[in-house]
Amino acid sequence: MDVKKYVIKQISIFSENRPGRLAAIAHALGEENVNILAFSIAEANGFGVVRALVDQPEKAYKKLSSIGFNVAFTDVIAVHMQDRPGGLYEIAKMLGDANINIEYSYAYSGKEGAVLILRVDQVVDAIEKISKSGATLIESSVFH
Amino acid sequence: MRCWEPRIEEMPTAELKEMQYKLLKSLVYRLYSFSPFYHDRMKEQNVHPDDIRELLDVRKLPFMFKRDLRDSYPDKIFTATQEELVRYHVSSGTTGKPTVVGYTQNDLNGWTTSLARALTSIGLGRGDVIQVSYGYGLFTGGLGLHYGAERIGATVLPTSVGNTERQIELMQDLGSTAIACTPSYLLHMGEVAEKMGLSIKKDTKLKAGILGAEPWTERMRTRMEEWLGIKAFDIYGTSELSGPMFTECTEQNGFHVWSDMALTEIIDPKTGEPVAPGENGELTITILQKEALPMIRYRIGDITSMDEDVCPCGRTHPRVQRIQGRVDDMLIIRGINVFPSQVEYALMAIPEVGQHFQIVVDRKGALDDMLVRVELNKESFSDKITDLMIIKERIEHKLRNALNVNADVELVEPGSLPRYEGKSKKVLDRRSL
Repeated sequence: MDVKKYVIKQISIFSENRPGRLAAIAHALGEENVNILAFSIAEANGFGVVRALVDQPEKAYKKLSSIGFNVAFTDVIAVHMQDRPGGLYEIAKMLGDANINIEYSYAYSGKEGAVLILRVDQVVDAIEKISKSGATLIESSVFH
Repeated sequence: MRCWEPRIEEMPTAELKEMQYKLLKSLVYRLYSFSPFYHDRMKEQNVHPDDIRELLDVRKLPFMFKRDLRDSYPDKIFTATQEELVRYHVSSGTTGKPTVVGYTQNDLNGWTTSLARALTSIGLGRGDVIQVSYGYGLFTGGLGLHYGAERIGATVLPTSVGNTERQIELMQDLGSTAIACTPSYLLHMGEVAEKMGLSIKKDTKLKAGILGAEPWTERMRTRMEEWLGIKAFDIYGTSELSGPMFTECTEQNGFHVWSDMALTEIIDPKTGEPVAPGENGELTITILQKEALPMIRYRIGDITSMDEDVCPCGRTHPRVQRIQGRVDDMLIIRGINVFPSQVEYALMAIPEVGQHFQIVVDRKGALDDMLVRVELNKESFSDKITDLMIIKERIEHKLRNALNVNADVELVEPGSLPRYEGKSKKVLDRRSL
């Protein structure tokens, strides 16, 4: 199995926790015609990390770095979920049974059903376990 | 030559202190009797020369501040007449009115002797060529070093400041073995030399730098020593003391303050009480032998510590460590003295953050609250909040160890903090007292 095609490049952006920072990020991406497919914000005391899946990660990285943001690429994986009650439970149970530890996660309602984005420690290991469990992984080509 | 005046420089500590006591006693009698300024000050403090019965009684005497000199501009507290003076120097006055220092011939002799001892202690003497690249003129650096270097029989090359390419040519052609200048000027010379296709390390005979008149760090010392192939020595002085007076010896561990010329105390700038041995505090000097402008307990405003143990070089005179900061920069957080330079030093040891920082002091209820804002390095950014929290906590831990007071740390975006030249502007004090 070619695991690489399931590895998705998320961009992570360090941001101070003050008004206007998200607008600055979104404005910059809009200017570059970069489309945001999914995103989440994690906040701590005084700062936060904005995480996003975009259609053109390299372009987004370059643009945000050039205006002074601290940006990094992070490998994540995406799992297809049934868009109905109990959908999240099925996936979560499968991950638990497979002993996959989630660093963080966020979801979005995709064009062909709901999608769970996962940040895990051992990406390759997780991809193999999830495929074996019968769940559907989404290829990175769907995003970019 | 090992010592310029071994009898004094290596005098047993007890004898040295006895000598200081006698000098202090006669200074206090002289000033009480002949200086209206000191007479009034001592009266105000309710202290009489007869109260000085041992060296530690110096603590009974009133302090003197820079503002006392400014207020007496130009020469109101001189204890010599103009006919007795042979020279004036005038400080630049960047932080206020200029101050004037007058010198009798004996004052100049004392200053020159101080530097003769100092230059000898770093291994210079007859046969050396000492390039003096401090400014000559109203500033004390150039002329001070000039006479000190001549006194030890070295050959002086009085280049003063500027015209750097010519300075480097002369350094090479006349074989300068030592240079006296500011550390930043020496770094500049190194760069200019390289542009000229020369290496100070390989193409000159330079072996020593006598560097001062601005703050510098151990890190700069290491860099200059490796890059330029020299030994770099700290020199200290202020115009009020005469000018540059004291240098490190070959041990490079603090500058020797000659006890027969100056009585050194390190005090808590807030309370005026002495700090524990080895602790940081404000350098306070009583100038024991000057005729025109002696000073009692002059608070220079520089923060440092002092080591009174006998130096491995054999000299018994105390060593004062490199200047850590200025009293003007000092913050008092919950009763503890904090210097921006301490924060800077602590942050230098943390690779995850850059060197720019900002200190924000506020008051929450009755308590002072200190926040240190630091820029997170690009390489250290993680998409995981937990990683970032670990970095933040590690910095807080290091700051607490360095400052003895709790400081919150805020990680900010790179390039977001204001860039300033001076340290004091790195502090935002929002307390309304």
